[in-house]
Amino acid sequence: MEIVVCVKQVPDTTEVKIDPVTNTLIRQGVPSIVNPFDKNALEAALQLRDQNGGKVTVVSMGPPQAKEALKECIAMGADEAVLISDRAFGGADTLATSYTLAAAIRKIGNYDVIFCGKQAIDGDTAQVGPELAEHLGIAQLTYVAKMRVEGDCLRAEREHEDGYEVIETKLPVMISIIKSLQYEPRFPTVKGTRKASRIEIPMWGAADMDLDSNKIGLKGSATQVRKIFTPPQRKQGVTIARETARDAVNELLAKLTEAKIV
Amino acid sequence: MAVKVTEECIGCSACASNCPFGAIEMQDSKALITDVCTQCGACIDVCPVKAIYREAEEKTTTVNTADYKDVWVYIELSDKKPRNVSLELLGEGRKLADSMQQKLAAVLIGENVESVSKELFASGTDQVYLVEAPELSHYNTDGYTAVFEDLIGTYKPSVILLGATNDGRDLGPRVACRVNTGLTADCTNLGIDEATGLVAWTRPAFGGNIMATILCPDQRPQMGTVRPSVFKRPVPDYSKTGEIIRVASKVKADDIRTKLIEVIRVCTTSCNLEEAEVIVSGGRGMGKPENFSLIEDLADVLGGSVGASRAVVDAGWKPHMHQVGQTGKTVGPKVYIACGISGAIQHVAGMSSSDVVIAINKDPEANIFKIADFGIVGDALEVLPVLTEEFKKIKAC
Repeated sequence: MEIVVCVKQVPDTTEVKIDPVTNTLIRQGVPSIVNPFDKNALEAALQLRDQNGGKVTVVSMGPPQAKEALKECIAMGADEAVLISDRAFGGADTLATSYTLAAAIRKIGNYDVIFCGKQAIDGDTAQVGPELAEHLGIAQLTYVAKMRVEGDCLRAEREHEDGYEVIETKLPVMISIIKSLQYEPRFPTVKGTRKASRIEIPMWGAADMDLDSNKIGLKGSATQVRKIFTPPQRKQGVTIARETARDAVNELLAKLTEAKIV
Repeated sequence: MAVKVTEECIGCSACASNCPFGAIEMQDSKALITDVCTQCGACIDVCPVKAIYREAEEKTTTVNTADYKDVWVYIELSDKKPRNVSLELLGEGRKLADSMQQKLAAVLIGENVESVSKELFASGTDQVYLVEAPELSHYNTDGYTAVFEDLIGTYKPSVILLGATNDGRDLGPRVACRVNTGLTADCTNLGIDEATGLVAWTRPAFGGNIMATILCPDQRPQMGTVRPSVFKRPVPDYSKTGEIIRVASKVKADDIRTKLIEVIRVCTTSCNLEEAEVIVSGGRGMGKPENFSLIEDLADVLGGSVGASRAVVDAGWKPHMHQVGQTGKTVGPKVYIACGISGAIQHVAGMSSSDVVIAINKDPEANIFKIADFGIVGDALEVLPVLTEEFKKIKAC
């Protein structure tokens, strides 16, 4: 079974703080990590390979330093990795990014299942997976919590606002994986870590793939960022600190009544 | 490449410290924009000497944007009823359509769903595009994408709004990519950009730390998914009527590559967070999973739903369907009661449109107090039972 996993190197947005004086992001000391949902996707891919045999190839689009993220995936057990990197890809929105990734996956060759994480924690769009499936003309199942393959048929549990849908589809398919206990990422192995330290990760630029230069990077992007600003904050209200819970609750209720909320 | 630094750069590094992506390095006392740049332009605004500019990119557009008119809202159904978010979007779509002096239309897809139109007209739509077929009785990516492709090709809308639900976020990108246009995900504010007359899509990014306003200048339709509960539902006016445009489905059963085997509902009212008027949410401060019964008791008395922070969902105390925040659900109840939740920015991004926020936390320095209307400094485990008891008394009156 040929399995491809798309991963993104992201700043750990949970470590980002806002400077209270300048109201800007403090990036110092914020580590670059493999997008957490992509690790769940990689885990799903590795489990599928372990059950059915085959090969897991990890692909990422990003700056040269994203090789580190791919090495982490190798250490976890991925077989091969490719980095898609070129200044010409800069400024790509999800439409251009998915177009470029699709070209890379075509170059990789055969695939039965393509895994993506539900969304990246920096952009939070959840769009690249479905757009990638569209560029490749294959079926998609998003928000998958659990899945298995039998023959050329894949059965998945897809999360929904009210529960789950059990859905079947034929391969090939793009699956986006949510965080679940089933796909808690494994730790790097000693063997994997050794492999990761030795591996030369191939880097493909625009010239290495079959691409229309009008469809990549900023030029291929349909959306444009107009401005970036820090979110307006809610105002701080009243804080009640009393000796006992009873006193605090009474004061709260008095204030709620006063504000006509109760 | 888009964002560039001129010789005017004085090396003040204001751009470097303001770059949300850490893409600017200082080299020989000049700013250097590295490969990590996403061309967001945040640096352009902060440069005190205007030494950073966006290089115009020549576009090879073939879309005649003037051919595209009207604002469409995709009506997502659950049990043949429109989800709240779809009605919220009709309200917001109405405002966009009015300021663009165009029509508002609802796209209604399903099987035997015509009767839903009444509710849609009452919520302000001028037209309903109705596509009914047995293959479309339940949402599926292939069928619904094909319907949209057909409708867009024939009727050429300028704007399409979808709810940022799991299905909306499944369908939106598939449709946008098929018709080669831009899609902005998870918007929390919509407006019209004064300079261009385009829809200005505003959304949180970077884990809710920043907001970005996005335009789709040259492609049509302009598409966006919008978070549930951010906008209020319009008050229905059942005297309103409109035009139903029935469009035959061209979807064949073979076109649909996925097969729905079963729908498992695990959700009762307790996790219907998007439509709840009251939400009682618990975080790590609840101590252990068993203590969530205190949250449930209060939610019960108030007729509300139960939310959870990412920390307790990650710890397995509550299923993901209860998670409120950037990677969970977005909620906007009348009252949000946060118990033992520190108030990380990712959590706040999911509940900041609540009308009233009440916080209970042991730590007086907890971030949640900075955004709460009412805060109690105290142990949620002690406060909750008293609060439940008092609300019971009030309800009994």
